[in-house]
Amino acid sequence: MWGIIRQKVAAGGGSPVARIRPVVSNLRNYSSAVKQMMVREALNSALDEEMSADPKVFLMGEEVGEYQGAYKISKGLLEKYGPERVLDTPITEAGFTGIGVGAAYYGLKPVVEFMTFNFSMQAIDHIINSAAKSNYMSSGQISVPIVFRGPNGAAAGVGAQHSHCYAAWYASVPGLKVLSPYSSEDARGLLKAAIRDPDPVVFLENELLYGESFPVSAEVLDSSFCLPIGKAKIEREGKDVTITAFSKIVGLSLKAAEILAKEGISAEVINLRSIRPLDRSTINASVRKTNRLVTVEEGFPQHGVGAEICASVIEESFSYLDAPVERIAGADVPMPYAANLERMAVPQVEDIVRAAKRACYRSVPMAAAA
Amino acid sequence: MATAYSSAKFVQPLSLNSTINGRSRDNSLFDPLKTGTSFLGSTRKLRVNSFHSNQGNVRRRLPVVAVSEVVKEKKVKSSSNLLITKQEGLELYEDMVLGRSFEDMCAQMYYRGKMFGFVHLYNGQEAVSTGFIKLSKKEDSVVSTYRDHVHALSKGVPARAVMSELFGKATGCCRGQGGSMHMFSKEHNLLGGFAFIGEGIPVATGAAFTSKYRREVLKEADCDHVTLAFFGDGTCNNGQFFECLNMAALWKLPIVFVVENNLWAIGMSHLRATSDPQIYKKGPAFGMPGVHVDGMDVLKVREVAKEAIERARRGEGPTLVECETYRFRGHSLADPDELRDPAEKARYAARDPVTALKKYLIESSLASEAELKAIEKKIDEVVEDAVEFADESAPPPRSQLLENVFADPKGFGIGPDGRYRCEDPKFTEGTAHV
Repeated sequence: MWGIIRQKVAAGGGSPVARIRPVVSNLRNYSSAVKQMMVREALNSALDEEMSADPKVFLMGEEVGEYQGAYKISKGLLEKYGPERVLDTPITEAGFTGIGVGAAYYGLKPVVEFMTFNFSMQAIDHIINSAAKSNYMSSGQISVPIVFRGPNGAAAGVGAQHSHCYAAWYASVPGLKVLSPYSSEDARGLLKAAIRDPDPVVFLENELLYGESFPVSAEVLDSSFCLPIGKAKIEREGKDVTITAFSKIVGLSLKAAEILAKEGISAEVINLRSIRPLDRSTINASVRKTNRLVTVEEGFPQHGVGAEICASVIEESFSYLDAPVERIAGADVPMPYAANLERMAVPQVEDIVRAAKRACYRSVPMAAAA
Repeated sequence: MATAYSSAKFVQPLSLNSTINGRSRDNSLFDPLKTGTSFLGSTRKLRVNSFHSNQGNVRRRLPVVAVSEVVKEKKVKSSSNLLITKQEGLELYEDMVLGRSFEDMCAQMYYRGKMFGFVHLYNGQEAVSTGFIKLSKKEDSVVSTYRDHVHALSKGVPARAVMSELFGKATGCCRGQGGSMHMFSKEHNLLGGFAFIGEGIPVATGAAFTSKYRREVLKEADCDHVTLAFFGDGTCNNGQFFECLNMAALWKLPIVFVVENNLWAIGMSHLRATSDPQIYKKGPAFGMPGVHVDGMDVLKVREVAKEAIERARRGEGPTLVECETYRFRGHSLADPDELRDPAEKARYAARDPVTALKKYLIESSLASEAELKAIEKKIDEVVEDAVEFADESAPPPRSQLLENVFADPKGFGIGPDGRYRCEDPKFTEGTAHV
């Protein structure tokens, strides 16, 4: 498989323009000076490239084929790879997820799309019992190279059952790797890494990010581009307080950091990228530098990603902390429908600003806490 | 495989519109018009009810069939036309005796504290495992349930490896990391015992999907591997059963769904749990043949298995086979087994599949009593040896605890250069103190 990729790269010759041609042609609209790429295109191109590099990779799920994906992530793939490799399934999460897992037992590399990750609840037995545990139970005989992907977390106005963050759920399970991209670079690099990985990967996207554009370098557009699983990215360096976030919340944290900068607080924003394995060393190194920590996530507070990060920092860097850890999470309620309640139920930029200030012992006006 | 019995006699009438003209009696194994015979002899009073409600079905044209009568007639009519060769007969007998003796030994070892947890024994159902798996090729895969020891043995996993696994030893087929309910052997294409009801069916369907994918997408023209999915009557009320019948038929996957209907889901009678207890009739509802067979008769099972497996191998899609059988022990060794009627147990005990095969082999002069005795003796030795081996084997070392969580041992993915993209040998160390 690697051979194929290398050949492709080699065939592109020394010119970087030639190497990125396949992607550039998809992005004719963005051929201006600074390249921009939507997260949707990043995911689509990652799938496309991995499917073309390895015939064992196939995509299955509801509406991935003729409908081109409920969120158009699989646009054009059916036409290119045919219905054998872009498989429209009936609405049977338990059934088709198990079929994907069974195919992975036999060395195929399925990418199972959940229309939203909320529906993975109907297939969670296969993700955990059939996929995550098999390599261990079979003592390494049966590996399960599969990717479960789809939009995760709160969208907008879709109510409690459709607004659920699964990061902490799946990240608590040994045998799974859990990734959550923020930018187009993340989306491309992590999805390609997930598909190439020999283990089951839960890949948590975000519906609200699909249409967002991010600048991408030529390196990111190269078909050999891949990000390491288990490595966080420092999105913005700072020295006064560390903010950890993943997925959409990284964007909010960066906005918060800008506001904080105007008030003289230099915030370091860590984009976790990988929830499991968790990049404990990057987090702890940052906290040892800033001596303050704010964790932000959209999921429920109890036993959440933030809780795990707190535990790690207290275990490893307790004596470096100059303030109690601030933990921001979704409200401990099922997601309400009403727009104003929904807004209050998930972290907002001002929540992050307020918590960071508190961690830095800056006074926080009471009105802002309302 | 050279048998005296031509499989070509069975014509496959999958088409729901198939006609019956010119069909001989022998053709009727998979004939849509040949319908159910005596079914579920267990609970008479309930049976009457289900018969009334099934009158309509009987008249409908469906590719369902109960095979028992057909084979029985054949056996009587054509004594020269034996169902198996001598060699096959001895192979079947050996496998069934192995299954029986192995499980009896498991019970002893469980009560002696050598194995632990949930241990589900297969006694009474041997004809199903032997009848199907002994017809499969090594490349064909088997997906089993928590009652998986005998499927593993039939598939060729050595008794030593299975017994050691049950003892929780490092020499077990999963080095003691799987246990009674999770037997895996990549070498033998045993894709696991699955401990949740229905969980194995989609995985099996996925294995069948892979065969088709390899043939059609990866262009491995010779990939005609078939998957056998074993599960019980209780599972047939689980959604995953229906989901996968649908997709297997929809995509014409090379799979045989083998229902081991032992009439009881722990303490829940099949007749008390299922609106229409004739499971094989659910095949045609999804566009695949459904066959009912006497699961206490390995020759009948084998007859049906042969056609179903060949059908799958020819690329004609899945078959649902309901084997009516009975477990001679409780659900697990922890089950007091108080709900099953002693008379019912006695009735099935009288139809012991191992004894029945023995009788057939001797009566049809395929084997002598001495030959069968020799097999029994050999198997006794195999099982004794397995116990000795397991007992003497070392338990897994401490260091094994954290191994095999990931195929990628450091948990960080492998890069294009074949090296770890990010190395952290302590990745799994934080999770337990070793």
